[in-house]
Amino acid sequence: MSAGIGGRAAIVGLGQTELSKAAGRSETQLAAEAIRAALADAGLAPADVDGLVSYTIDPVEETELARAIGFRELAWSSRVPYGGGGSQGVLLHAAAATASGAATTVVAYRACKSRSGNRFGRAQVGTQAGTSHAGTTASQWCTPYGLLTPASWMSLNATRYLHTFGLTNADFGRAVVQLRQYAATNPDAHFAGRPITLADHQASRWIAEPSIRLFDCCQETDGAVALVITDRPRAASFAAPVGIAAASGAAVGGEEVATNHYRPDLAVMDSAVALGRRLFGSTGIARADIDVAMIYDAFTPVLFMQLEGLGFCGPGEAAGFVADGHLGPTGSLPTNPNGGLIGEGYIHGLNLTSEAVRQLRGVAANQIGRPQRVLVSAGRTGVVLERW
Amino acid sequence: MTPGRPHPEPVRTADNHGFWDAADDGRLAVQRCAGCRAWYHPPRPMCPACGSLDLRWTDVPGTGVVYSYTLLHHPQHPAFDYPVIAVVVELDEGVRLVSNLIGVAAAEVRIGLPVELRFAPTVAGGQVPVFTVAGAAQR
Ligand SMILES: [Zn+2]
Repeated sequence: MSAGIGGRAAIVGLGQTELSKAAGRSETQLAAEAIRAALADAGLAPADVDGLVSYTIDPVEETELARAIGFRELAWSSRVPYGGGGSQGVLLHAAAATASGAATTVVAYRACKSRSGNRFGRAQVGTQAGTSHAGTTASQWCTPYGLLTPASWMSLNATRYLHTFGLTNADFGRAVVQLRQYAATNPDAHFAGRPITLADHQASRWIAEPSIRLFDCCQETDGAVALVITDRPRAASFAAPVGIAAASGAAVGGEEVATNHYRPDLAVMDSAVALGRRLFGSTGIARADIDVAMIYDAFTPVLFMQLEGLGFCGPGEAAGFVADGHLGPTGSLPTNPNGGLIGEGYIHGLNLTSEAVRQLRGVAANQIGRPQRVLVSAGRTGVVLERW
Repeated sequence: MTPGRPHPEPVRTADNHGFWDAADDGRLAVQRCAGCRAWYHPPRPMCPACGSLDLRWTDVPGTGVVYSYTLLHHPQHPAFDYPVIAVVVELDEGVRLVSNLIGVAAAEVRIGLPVELRFAPTVAGGQVPVFTVAGAAQR
């Protein structure tokens, strides 16, 4: 089976710093704090950790972390490409490492100062071709033409999407209203206590017309998330494990970090189509088995294209799916009940995984009943987590 | 619309410089595989269809249509005039380029608009390919 790592590993610890606009400390410290919290949550000591995985573009060095936290002997480490799209790949790597015996106890982490430090949304032209670890050719082909941010790159795809299906930015706005409604009652969220109406969304300024307004963009955030993963038999002895029922990557063709302007149809997210096939095809898990979905919403169009690509609705149907309330707490697919990356904050997608763990443990701010399975999709990597 | 200010200098690599070198010379050159005749952009060192390493920079007329576009308002960088009109152009050869559309009002930009090639200066005295509405007077 394609997602064969499913059912062989579990998340046994979760740690997350506060989400802020100015952490006032280094990424290494943020990572160390989140990892300490995750180990405490799991009931483990730093010396128990023998594996480490993060994103290729994470600034925190393994050696610096070991010095700060007190890891004694790391048997295995890895990094995952594709930026936030690859975020759930850290669970795939960790599950593979623990299930194979390459490591017994793996920490997956991501630390960002994407507001006070290296802002994702800042316009800059100085990107070097040598940033191969960023996995993007945007600096080569977009920078000379003023496409300087992830929002600008994505907007080229999003305009084509709107055109193909006869939609407008207001269709995106209805999803944002739902996300902000969730965020309003999540005390950890940047937009806690600040719900919006569709009119508010439509009054927010254009970032990239006609597809992306300010309120369609995720929050640039400082903070860190850490997860502790071990193999399934070992997980049984932990206090609050969450099973990894399926995990897969699906990097299709020439996909880049934020987008790909060269795939056959820019209105379709090929990687999400492939990811849906891998997560739901031969794993024995059906789309209808998903009780809560965490879907990478760096920008609203990315959420729409994943809903369609993953197969929760047909091509062009996400607008109706959203308008009919399916993403809400009583809908068929409650989605991003933490407010998502747009409403809660942006630890490059890994805070979606935090919320999935909280939902399955039954401790989320906006708890959606008693979910058995939660999907976390980042478009080209994804996992299905399950109640222990 | 007034002619824009000079574009940032493209980043040249061992695999992409043929494109930018041709632009400096006033030509639009796209990779074509000598083995199977397929066109490619962005450029690459090997043909994914036949494995050939003989990918040749081939001049093309630069005619095509707007496949998608975006009008960039924020954030703003001093190197550009806003809104930046960015386009994905589908060339007649079937490959796509990311570029700018010039000589057109932002409100007139739409998908399917036929376009033709122009060149715009860079800060270092080179040129980058840009596009204008087909049939528009030479600026
Ligand atoms: Zn070939």
